[in-house]
Amino acid sequence: MHKSLIKAEFQVERDDYKCIRCRVCERQCSFEVHSYDADADRMFEDELKCVGCQRCVEYCPTRALSVQPHKSTIRPHGNWPYRAVKDICKQAETGGMLLSSTGDELHHRIYWDHLVLNASQVTNPSIDPLREPMELRTFIGRKPDQVDVQLVNGKPVLKTELPPQLTLETPMMFGAMSYGAISYNVCQSLARAATASGTMYNTGEGGLHRDFYQYGPNTIVQCASGRFGVHREYLNAGAAVEIKVGQGAKPGIGGHVPGEKVDKEISITRMIPVGTDALSPAPHHDIYSIEDLRQLIYALKEAVEYKKPVGVKIAAVHNAAAIASGIVRAGADFVTLDGLRGGTGAAPTRTRDSVGMPIELALAAVDQRLREEGIRNNASLIVAGGFRNSTDVVKAIALGADAVYIGTAALISLGCTVCQKCYTGKCPWGITTQDPYLTKRVNPEIGTQRLTNLLRAWSLEIKEILGGMGINAIESLRGNRLHLRAIGLNERELDVLGVMHAGE
Amino acid sequence: MKTIDAAGLHYKAFNEQVRAAVRAGEKNIHLVNVNGQRFIADAMPGDDVKITINGVPGNDLAVFMDGPTVIVNNNAEDGVGNTMNSGKVIIHGDAGDVIGYGMRGGTIHILGNVGYRIGLHMKEFETQIPVIIVGGQAHDFYGEYMAGGVQILLGLNSKKGANIAGHFTGTGMHGGVIYLRGGFEQHTLAKEAAIAPMEDADYKLIRKHLKNYCKDFNLDLEQIMERDFTKLAPPSARPYGGYYAY
Repeated sequence: MHKSLIKAEFQVERDDYKCIRCRVCERQCSFEVHSYDADADRMFEDELKCVGCQRCVEYCPTRALSVQPHKSTIRPHGNWPYRAVKDICKQAETGGMLLSSTGDELHHRIYWDHLVLNASQVTNPSIDPLREPMELRTFIGRKPDQVDVQLVNGKPVLKTELPPQLTLETPMMFGAMSYGAISYNVCQSLARAATASGTMYNTGEGGLHRDFYQYGPNTIVQCASGRFGVHREYLNAGAAVEIKVGQGAKPGIGGHVPGEKVDKEISITRMIPVGTDALSPAPHHDIYSIEDLRQLIYALKEAVEYKKPVGVKIAAVHNAAAIASGIVRAGADFVTLDGLRGGTGAAPTRTRDSVGMPIELALAAVDQRLREEGIRNNASLIVAGGFRNSTDVVKAIALGADAVYIGTAALISLGCTVCQKCYTGKCPWGITTQDPYLTKRVNPEIGTQRLTNLLRAWSLEIKEILGGMGINAIESLRGNRLHLRAIGLNERELDVLGVMHAGE
Repeated sequence: MKTIDAAGLHYKAFNEQVRAAVRAGEKNIHLVNVNGQRFIADAMPGDDVKITINGVPGNDLAVFMDGPTVIVNNNAEDGVGNTMNSGKVIIHGDAGDVIGYGMRGGTIHILGNVGYRIGLHMKEFETQIPVIIVGGQAHDFYGEYMAGGVQILLGLNSKKGANIAGHFTGTGMHGGVIYLRGGFEQHTLAKEAAIAPMEDADYKLIRKHLKNYCKDFNLDLEQIMERDFTKLAPPSARPYGGYYAY
């Protein structure tokens, strides 16, 4: 057998003076990096297996460990960085497509970092959110073109029949992550945190575990091409239904939960036999046109008797604006756009890093197009794709979003260190795994609290920023691009984003 | 028995009447003058509910259906039994494309011919094993992406030895089983499906399902069984396992 040329990415350094041979590192590491030799009374580490998740570092009681990018390197070359060489070696040995998790990690421009927000000075006084009421409540759903009010016994009564709406207490929801991609405990944490925060979480395409039906009023259920676990009760269990056409991390391709991850509980939830691959075809095989999409939208509306909003999620691709227009005209109550930096449990690396576009550009283009066509009120716009903090959220709303989905940020709040190995099913933080030894590392009580804290903290920050702008309701910021200015972008970028440069 | 007239009604208003009848406890419902109304029996529950359709129902008949029996005394269009969970659909004519997409349980019996991509991504789960039996011929991509369930294609109107399914039969198949009565040309078979030997258990299974089928359409089981069957099954439950570098 030829020597493997696959390179170690991380270097594990152990301070032998501090190490007490407690072997915590060995038990915590699901990639089997650490081992103990009793005869030599020594700990060894197999660096080739290390994914840099930092689990051992965090749990070492004497802080004896550090894990860092491997110091060995090749001669620096602009076109052939270490990463490119490493990838080629791996493919030369396996003959397979490279897999990755989370979202795009190439240095495509992050437009949020080139946008700045406005604030009030002198002429339009700012508002102090500590004393004044600030409104973050958001309604997701189709809004009528006009509202007719009738006086009944001298009291105004709404005459227009409003289409079904979701009510969110904050414009942030937890994005679609399926049971199968993430563990039972993580699903439970998301469901409970969404309930506690008055917002929604999204089941992803893997069905809904019976235990979580109780969180239905705060659940968006997904219907994807694989139709896993999609049935009458499931569709009616949630507060809304989302048709998943595409995902930002892997536009144009389907999903694939390997048979090893399909254990008994997942098999019951997805309604497929234990151990079989759960293949989600790339397209919905009953959708080849906007007319076909309309058929599925209305099949779902009939199934929920028009009582719940039905939306469509697509990946941000070049012609997203035209597709979004079609989606709205097809009768969707909301459109979800997922950008290039949106996460995934598993995607081919090349697709993840190079297909699609940053959510900022897609959002601006879609909002603009729907406004130009006079149909922006016909559907809400939800955006996703790598939201890192509350100002990303505020900027998205100013660009035209009604609400955002956060996924990766939510997992980070539960311990994820973005090691990008979700696809192995061995998540040492117990998040993207089904191994019972690992899943118990996320305590749903603590998980719920951490997620609730995250939403609270971001909501407080959003109120603070709104107050500074002299705005007391998020509704007044929505699509108000005059509150944004750009720094360091060229004219084409400013055009697409529909914002002026700072100083203008 | 309750009769609901579909004449001139949009599917939304029409289906609401059908749902209201089921909610009111009606078990035997006749739909008349049906002319392309979509989504009939969409997500409808009720194992003891029987719906008889006179006229041609529109697309997505019995989509997400969960229990009832639907009898169509005519042809049906595309998407019959889409993501159906349980129940039965009997069609006394032809049906269109994409029949039984993602179907997880229940039975579809069709007397006539069908279009493209029949039984697409059918699944099975524990005791829920969906069955689609077609009396006539099928077009291309029959049994595409099939992950479970049973499909039987009879070719009752075909000469012995004639090809009764189109090209690319069983493309992407990774579960379930297909039985073709009579002729089958090797070149029409997709690479993911393979011919498997017919065992006694297969004949027993075919007989069991065809007995019900013959009862629905008043056909002679023994006459149908006179011709041989070809069995198609996936050689691998994981056709795409080796595509990735872990």
